[in-house]
Amino acid sequence: MNAPNSFRTGPDESGHFGMFGGRFVAETLMPLILDLEKAYQDAKADPAYKAEMDAGLKHYVGRPSPLYFAERLTEHLGGAKIYFKREELNHTGSHKVNNVLGQILLARRMGKPRIIAETGAGQHGVATATLCARYGLKCVVYMGALDVSRQAPNVFRMKMLGAEVVPVQAGAKTLKDAMNEALRDWVTNVHDTFYCIGTVAGPHPYPAMVRDFQSIIGHETRAQMLEQEGRLPDSLIACIGGGSNAMGLFHPFLDDPHVKIWGVEAAGHGIPSGQHAASLTGGRPGVLHGNRTYLLMDDDGQIAEAHSISAGLDYPGIGPEHSWLHDTGRASYISATDEEALAAFQLVSRLEGIIPALEPAHALAKVIDLAPTLPKDHLMVVNLSGRGDKDIPQVADILGTRI
Amino acid sequence: MSSRLTQRFEACAREGRAALVTFVTAGDPDHDTSLALLKALPAAGSDVIEFGVPFTDPMADGPAIQAAGLRALKNGQTLVKTLAMVRAFRETDTTTPVVLMGYYNPVYIYGVERFLVDAKAAGVDGLVVVDLPPEEDNELCLPALAAGLAFIRLATPTTDDKRLPTVLKNTAGFVYYVSIAGITGAGSADAGAVAQAVTRIKAHTPLPVAVGFGVKTPAQAAAIAANADGVVVGSALIDALRGTLDAEEKATPATIPAVTRLVSALAEAVRTARPAAAE
Repeated sequence: MNAPNSFRTGPDESGHFGMFGGRFVAETLMPLILDLEKAYQDAKADPAYKAEMDAGLKHYVGRPSPLYFAERLTEHLGGAKIYFKREELNHTGSHKVNNVLGQILLARRMGKPRIIAETGAGQHGVATATLCARYGLKCVVYMGALDVSRQAPNVFRMKMLGAEVVPVQAGAKTLKDAMNEALRDWVTNVHDTFYCIGTVAGPHPYPAMVRDFQSIIGHETRAQMLEQEGRLPDSLIACIGGGSNAMGLFHPFLDDPHVKIWGVEAAGHGIPSGQHAASLTGGRPGVLHGNRTYLLMDDDGQIAEAHSISAGLDYPGIGPEHSWLHDTGRASYISATDEEALAAFQLVSRLEGIIPALEPAHALAKVIDLAPTLPKDHLMVVNLSGRGDKDIPQVADILGTRI
Repeated sequence: MSSRLTQRFEACAREGRAALVTFVTAGDPDHDTSLALLKALPAAGSDVIEFGVPFTDPMADGPAIQAAGLRALKNGQTLVKTLAMVRAFRETDTTTPVVLMGYYNPVYIYGVERFLVDAKAAGVDGLVVVDLPPEEDNELCLPALAAGLAFIRLATPTTDDKRLPTVLKNTAGFVYYVSIAGITGAGSADAGAVAQAVTRIKAHTPLPVAVGFGVKTPAQAAAIAANADGVVVGSALIDALRGTLDAEEKATPATIPAVTRLVSALAEAVRTARPAAAE
C-alpha cells in the first residue's frame, strides 16, 4: 500500500480509513448515527462545548496526567529511557473517562436522558456510571457475565454510582456479547438513549470521535516530552483491545515518521493455541459491530471467541483505524501472553510502586522485551492506561493467594 | 428480474389478501429437519420463505432467533450448506420465492461475487442483510441487483419521510417494514400505527410492503394483513419449533408439525383479514 501524505486526516466522509470502518448498522439506528455525526461536528465548532470539556478534564478528571520517568524500571532493563503516561491517575482510574466526558456532554446537547454502555474490565462502565451520576443521567451498563465475576470490584463501584449493571449470559459472556446486547438495547430505545461506546470501534463517527477525545493523551505527552527532554519521544507503546488508549497516544504522532509506534495485542495462551485476542496478528478483515476491521473468525465468517486474562482486551476485533495503520505499516502490532502480562504486573509494582491494570501490563511486558535492545538515549513512552486495583482479587487468585 | 417475488405478491393481491412471509433459520435445529421443514412450508400456507443465515452475533435479533442460529451453528450449519438446501428445495418447488436473511460478515467472507453467482444458481430470489444500510450500497446491494437478485431493504419507525427515498432507492422485490424500533420477537406492533406507516411508505414506492418484527399470533397477523401487502412471522415459528425439542435440543417427531400447524393458522388469518372486496 502506498503511504498517504498524512496519517491524520482520516476517516473520509463515509467514515472509512482505507477499506476499514464504515457504518454497518441496522436501518433503525442509521438516522440516529447521522444525527450524532452532525451533533458532534456542531459541538466541535462550538467554543462553549470546548470550554465545558476543558473545565471537566481539568477540575473533574484531574488532567493533565503526569509524564513520569520510570527510573528504576529503566535501570533494571538497562536500555531505553522509559516514561509512563500516567492515565491511571485520572478520576475513575483509567483513560476511559476522557472519552466518556466528551460523549456525555454530547448526549446532554442532544437531549438524551438515558445512557447505555458496554464494558469489559469495567473501566469504561465505571467511567460512564461516574459521569452519569455527575450529570444526573440514567445509566445502564452491559457486561458479560464472566467479566462480572472476574471484575467484581468494578461491578460494585458501578452500582454504588447508581448504574444498573446487566450481566450478559450470551456467547462467551465477555465484551463482544456485552456489545451485542448494548446494540439491541439501543435499537429498542433509540428515541431517548445515547450509546456511549468505550473504544475506537463501532459505526462512524464513533471511531473518529472516541479517538479525538482520547487524543489529549498524545497531545499532552508531546508537550511534556518537549518540556522534559527537549525533543519528541523515539517510540510509543500501548496495549490494544479495541484500541482507544493506544489511538489516543499515537494519533498526534502519526505524522512524525521517526517516532516508532508499537501496539500490543493480547496473545492469551499464545497465538498458536488459538486462545487469544490478537485480531491483527491472528485475524482477517470482516464486518462486526458497525465497522469493517480485522476480526477473529472461522472460514464461514462466524466470529470466534477471544481469550485474554485481561477482561478489557478480551475482544475478537480492533478499532478500524488500527487496522488501517497496520496495513499501511505506520504502526507495528505485536502481542503479549497472559503469562508475560502477569510477570510485568508484578515487576512494575515492585520496581515503581505503581500497580498497573492487567491491560497496560501487556504493553509493559513488551517494554521489558524491547527496552534492553535499545540505546540508552532512546526515549520510550508507555501508556499506563489504568490502575490495577480492580485486578487484585483476580491476580491474587491466579497466584494462589487468599485475600 | 426477481420474477418469483413479483409474481407471488401479484397473485396474493389478485386474491385480495396479504402474502404470508415465514422466517425459519437454516439448519435449526439440524440440517435434515430444517430441509424437511423448508419443503413443508409452502403446502402449509407460506407464500414467501425467508431463510435465516445463522450468525454468531445477530445484533438485531431477540433471544428466539439468537438461540436458533446457535443451535444451527452447533450442528455444523454453514453458508455453503444453506445454499445447498435452497438448491434441494428448488428441485421440487420452482414457484415459492426464497429470500436469504442475515448479516453481512458470512457473505463477505464467502466472497460477494462468488456468493451472488452461487445464490442465483441455487434459486435464491432476494437478500435481506440487516447490517447493510443504503450508506453501504456498494458492498452488496448494487452487485446483487446487477446479478438479478432482489435487495430487500428494511424501513423502520425511525426512517422519516426525508430519509425514505434514500432507503427505497435501490430496494427491489418488496419493502420490509420493521414495525417496532427494536429486535425481532420483542413487543407487539400497534396495528393502527403500522397501517399509517404502510400508507406512508406506499406513497413513495410501487413495491409491495411486508410488515414484520413483533407479529406473533394469527390475530395479530390478521390485523396487519388488513392493510399491508405481506406479513412476516419469524420468532413465533422459532418458538413453536423450540417447544418441541428434547432435553438435548434435538428434533422430535412433533417438530415439523408444530411449525406447519402455526403456519396454516397464520395463512388462514391473512386470508380472512380483509372483508371480501367488490361484492
